[in-house]
Amino acid sequence: MSESHDTKNAHAGHADVDHHVRAAYYVFGSLLVLTGFTVGAYFLHLPHKLAITLALLIATVKGTLVAAWFMHLVSERKMIFWMLGLTAVLFFPLLLLPTLTVLDRIMLR
Amino acid sequence: MSMEIPYTVDVRPDTGLTNGKLGIWLFLASEVMLFGALFASYVMLRVGAHEWPAGATYLNIPLATLNTVILISSSVTMVLAWASLAKRDFSRFRVFMGITILCGLGFLVIKYFEYTSKFHHGYFPATNTFLGVYFTLTGLHGLHVIGGMAVNGYLWGPGSALWKTDPVHFTNRVENAGLFWHLVNLVWIFLFPILYLL
Amino acid sequence: MGLETAVAHGAAHDAQHEELGFWRKYVFSVDHKMIGIQYAITGLLFLLFGFCLMMLMRWQLAYPGAALPILGTLLGEARMPGGTMLPEFYNELGAMHGTIMVFMGVVPLAVGGFGNFVLPLQIGAPDMAFPRINMASYWSYFVGGSVMLASFFVPGGAAQSGWTSYSPLADIAGSGQTWWLFGMVFLITSSLLGSINFIVTTIQLRAPGLSFWRLPFFVWAQFVTSFLLLLAFPPLEGAAFLQLMDRLAKTSFFLPSGLVVSGQVLEVSGGGNPLLWQHLFWFLAHPEVYVLILPAMGIVAEVIANNTRKPLWGYRSMVYSLMFLGFMSFIVWAHHMFITGMGTTMAAFFQTTTMIISIPSVVILSALVLSLYGGSIRFTTPMLFALGFLPMFGIGGLTGLPLGLTAADIHLHDTYYVIGHFHYVVAPGTIFGLFAGIYYWFPKATGRLMNETLGKIHFAGSFVFMNVIFMPMFIMGLAGVSRRLYDGGASYAHAQPVLQWNVVSSWGAWGLALFQIPFIFNFFWSIYRGKKTDANPWHATTLEWSAPSPPPHGNFLTPPAAYRGPYEYSVPGAASDYSPQWEAAKA
Repeated sequence: MSESHDTKNAHAGHADVDHHVRAAYYVFGSLLVLTGFTVGAYFLHLPHKLAITLALLIATVKGTLVAAWFMHLVSERKMIFWMLGLTAVLFFPLLLLPTLTVLDRIMLR
Repeated sequence: MSMEIPYTVDVRPDTGLTNGKLGIWLFLASEVMLFGALFASYVMLRVGAHEWPAGATYLNIPLATLNTVILISSSVTMVLAWASLAKRDFSRFRVFMGITILCGLGFLVIKYFEYTSKFHHGYFPATNTFLGVYFTLTGLHGLHVIGGMAVNGYLWGPGSALWKTDPVHFTNRVENAGLFWHLVNLVWIFLFPILYLL
Repeated sequence: MGLETAVAHGAAHDAQHEELGFWRKYVFSVDHKMIGIQYAITGLLFLLFGFCLMMLMRWQLAYPGAALPILGTLLGEARMPGGTMLPEFYNELGAMHGTIMVFMGVVPLAVGGFGNFVLPLQIGAPDMAFPRINMASYWSYFVGGSVMLASFFVPGGAAQSGWTSYSPLADIAGSGQTWWLFGMVFLITSSLLGSINFIVTTIQLRAPGLSFWRLPFFVWAQFVTSFLLLLAFPPLEGAAFLQLMDRLAKTSFFLPSGLVVSGQVLEVSGGGNPLLWQHLFWFLAHPEVYVLILPAMGIVAEVIANNTRKPLWGYRSMVYSLMFLGFMSFIVWAHHMFITGMGTTMAAFFQTTTMIISIPSVVILSALVLSLYGGSIRFTTPMLFALGFLPMFGIGGLTGLPLGLTAADIHLHDTYYVIGHFHYVVAPGTIFGLFAGIYYWFPKATGRLMNETLGKIHFAGSFVFMNVIFMPMFIMGLAGVSRRLYDGGASYAHAQPVLQWNVVSSWGAWGLALFQIPFIFNFFWSIYRGKKTDANPWHATTLEWSAPSPPPHGNFLTPPAAYRGPYEYSVPGAASDYSPQWEAAKA
């Protein structure tokens, strides 16, 4: 590829990458801590609904960190956000509606 | 007319994306829907069940915690592998990519021990719904780990020849493979508490 | 631009790349045009095969228990002893007719065929974004289709639990069902690869000046369709995986506890839910029906604009409707499950979304009809099929409304009314759109026109007989005749007054078959003997008509650009009645 292009942006590029790497280390640390929380919460033997909520909450935070920094979503383009937004919106009906139809059943007395 | 497909290496100005970057994100979106369907199945079956065993009844939590740490670490090394290429350090890339692949292997080895231990105790997918869900969800996830390792292995090995002729293209490929690998990690982040701890 | 010049010019370029051998050029091609033709031919062959399966079924429905002369004995004792159809074989035909038509016929032709061939040309691209993935997607389809065909020859025959493969029946069915599931995995993989390609290509490879709002409606239709395929198919892939686990690993994802089969309790762990399969299946299968119709609407829009010599009416509202329709299609699926015991809240939710989704369809159809007003209509064969599409899709759409209302659906669910409804949309609906597309783009692909007289005969006969087949089904359905009955309802008292309609539909089917002969002949004859033509025989405005017919490797002789919208016909003050997208404005 074009050499001049490379050298011109080299410094800016490298600083950008270093920033990215630093963020990755912070995320790594956070993920390890949150994993500890996940397992720790288990040993608290919380009531069922609270346990589920907490576990999903922690998992969501971890997932968000992975998506935002490992997958670089914090600095990604609008187009990608639209795709993912659409996917997220369709994900939840898939996850929840089947169970809702089973919960809301015709009850024969 | 040139047959070169534009925007394979350079980004298209108005979208700011390469074809590969957009393509891999679309693929990941489809994977989210695939695992979404499996999670939806889990929710529906569990809500409809009279009783549901706690994960600890059948599953080894310490081993799975170790696996979680291994996968998270492999995600970090994947980022570092890409970063090395972005800074034109090919040998560091090989180190970090190698570690990523080894982590994947470690994950699979632990999974192998988990599965064989279940079989040894007479716990099979056919035994009950919980185990059916466990084996299927972790099995499909495991297949994705294998797939990711195959891609990473190719990029570590024969595929790395591209570095000499088109380093930017190769860097992009590693970045895109990394996105897939992070998704595999992300799925496990949800699988682990759901199956083992709840 | 003469054909010879174009070919020579293309050949000169080819000489710069290596000369491709027969296999790389015609079989393992990465050129979107060749792949599109592969998809189209394979798709058409599967459509024909699926049609033949149905013609066999129609014998049994018209004359239940009667021996079929000649062909009956040829099919063997295992399927048709003494020429009389076994119920199991009828079920095979039914399940495979649906599967083949939907997954191996219509979608590969509409999306794989037309999408692949036309889309890059219409956006001014040299090829798809990922040519090798494109090739892989075709071959995945080919393998999946082959697995499906092979399943007819396994012990117990092909899948016979409906194209919907409901559990628990499909869970415990013969080995043909396992083949069906593996076949589906390959077909779904093909779809996913293709949809990624289409979306990236449309976003990234548009020619300079071709903003989203200057895209032909056909491209928008394929674009939305690709999102449906991308996001809706994975749950079915997941479901197929789960059903394979049930069948092969003896899990019970879909098998409830205490299931009794042939008087014996099934030895499985139980705890599964058959409704789970239905939800995962229909999560795909509902968007799938929009996958079936949208490309055809795209084709019809192109043909109508071109043959009325005026812009499409309401282009923007049509595009917004497409997007809204695509999105809504993901949240209506349980209208296929109204009588599975859902409570009123969830039923009301799905009824509401289903009623809402009819709105964008109506907008698109109305816009197409309104586009005719004030037009200079040319009754070419593509236009005849496009015009025929309009009322047929109208009937199909309107008859869907009672099915979307829970109260009416109680009576109509799983009757011939449903079969009539969806066939109207797909058969004289989508397939007419696809025929229009074949006649329309044939000259672009081959450099020759198809014969108009044969085309008009094909249209007239098809239009009449499609209605002969499917209109009576509404009558039968309203009378309460269930679908998938191997004797067409003959053993039910309530069906007796309407049984004669089975005979009418069957003769309609065989009549329809006769009128496809002029088309098949025309198609192959015109490749060699059709009237030669230039790049733009229809005097159309979209970018594909600036490429030579047929386009060379790389498609365009000079890199194209778009200078105006896609339907600038009859522009006041212009020199001719069409102002092509690729021509710069004169000073």
